[in-house]
Amino acid sequence: MCGICGCGEGHNHSHEEQHDHEHAHDSHGHSHAAEHSHAPGLTQARMVQIEQDILSKNNRYADENRRYLSERSILALNLVSSPGSGKTTLLTETIIRLKEELTIAVIEGDQQTARDADRIRATGVQALQINTGKGCHLDAHRVGHALQSLHPQLHSLLFIENVGNLVCPSAFDLGEAHKVVILSVTEGEDKPIKYPDMFHAADLMILNKTDLLPHLDFDSEQCIKYAKQVNPKIKVLSLSAKSGEGMENWLKWLRVELELQRIAYD
Amino acid sequence: MHQNVENITWVFIMHEMSLCESVLQIIEQQAQAQQFHKVKTVWLEIGALSGVEPDAMRFSFEVVTNGSVADQAKLEIIHIPGQAWCMPCAREVFVEQLYDECPHCGSHQLQIVGGDQMRIKELEVE
Repeated sequence: MCGICGCGEGHNHSHEEQHDHEHAHDSHGHSHAAEHSHAPGLTQARMVQIEQDILSKNNRYADENRRYLSERSILALNLVSSPGSGKTTLLTETIIRLKEELTIAVIEGDQQTARDADRIRATGVQALQINTGKGCHLDAHRVGHALQSLHPQLHSLLFIENVGNLVCPSAFDLGEAHKVVILSVTEGEDKPIKYPDMFHAADLMILNKTDLLPHLDFDSEQCIKYAKQVNPKIKVLSLSAKSGEGMENWLKWLRVELELQRIAYD
Repeated sequence: MHQNVENITWVFIMHEMSLCESVLQIIEQQAQAQQFHKVKTVWLEIGALSGVEPDAMRFSFEVVTNGSVADQAKLEIIHIPGQAWCMPCAREVFVEQLYDECPHCGSHQLQIVGGDQMRIKELEVE
């Protein structure tokens, strides 16, 4: 049984009942007997009010993760993008530049293989791989377990590299401080309005692979305009993880966010 | 299978599939707590800005509930319109998409205030 959620191997969440449920038990129990052709004595239909968010269970785990992270001043960033945006290269290049200065750990989400986690470990930082199998996103429960195994240090930086997918991960809160969406200039400037939910959920957009711009028709200005149309508050950083151009602003952002995480709020 | 399913891309079905798994988990929990063994109808409130495709939801629901307490249950989707607070106009407006502009002033300074929910509202059970 784990210390975070009390679940056993079979994922029976015995702690569930401790949570406040929003539903009203045995709510209005009017019978719909007239609508059905039941013989007398058989069970009759009744209505049960639920009034529960579909993602409420995930959100409870996310809150537990958030509490765990904030108690330890760990800045957790949920990196989301479509496959091939350059997330792992951005991560390895970021780690190489910051690892002498900050403690960094990574949770890697992929449907299959540990290829990305291996790339991260090659930089010398701790990385834990979660394979989602057929699942298309990480959820807060799996991340909670990953936190338990990984034990990220106090005052550290934790990157959660989500499954490459611009749809599903937008709906799942992992307890992170920010979702950071990475979009590469090879993808088409209309991605923010084609997948608005993800850009709406993110606080920062990284426009990656800017070294390729001279070879492409990509309209950066239009892309940023679309992103702000979906989310007026989104901040945008343009960079190339490969050439290093623009990386300094991203590192600066990380340092400031980590500093903010260290404030002990009441 | 739902007739429109060929028009839905796989990634969207994956999304709704996992949402339907959450729906089923909640239903199964309720079945224990409230002592029912069969679900006849499920009412879901799905907001226009929730990122959920109702057709994909119907398809996934049928697949996910197969053989469960909600096998063959009817899925009723209650559509909730998207609502936002327009900061320049200082009033509520209706929007269809997250990237829509204010129908009055054309601004994108909109804060979503409704229509982003996905909730299980009610069940008809026996």
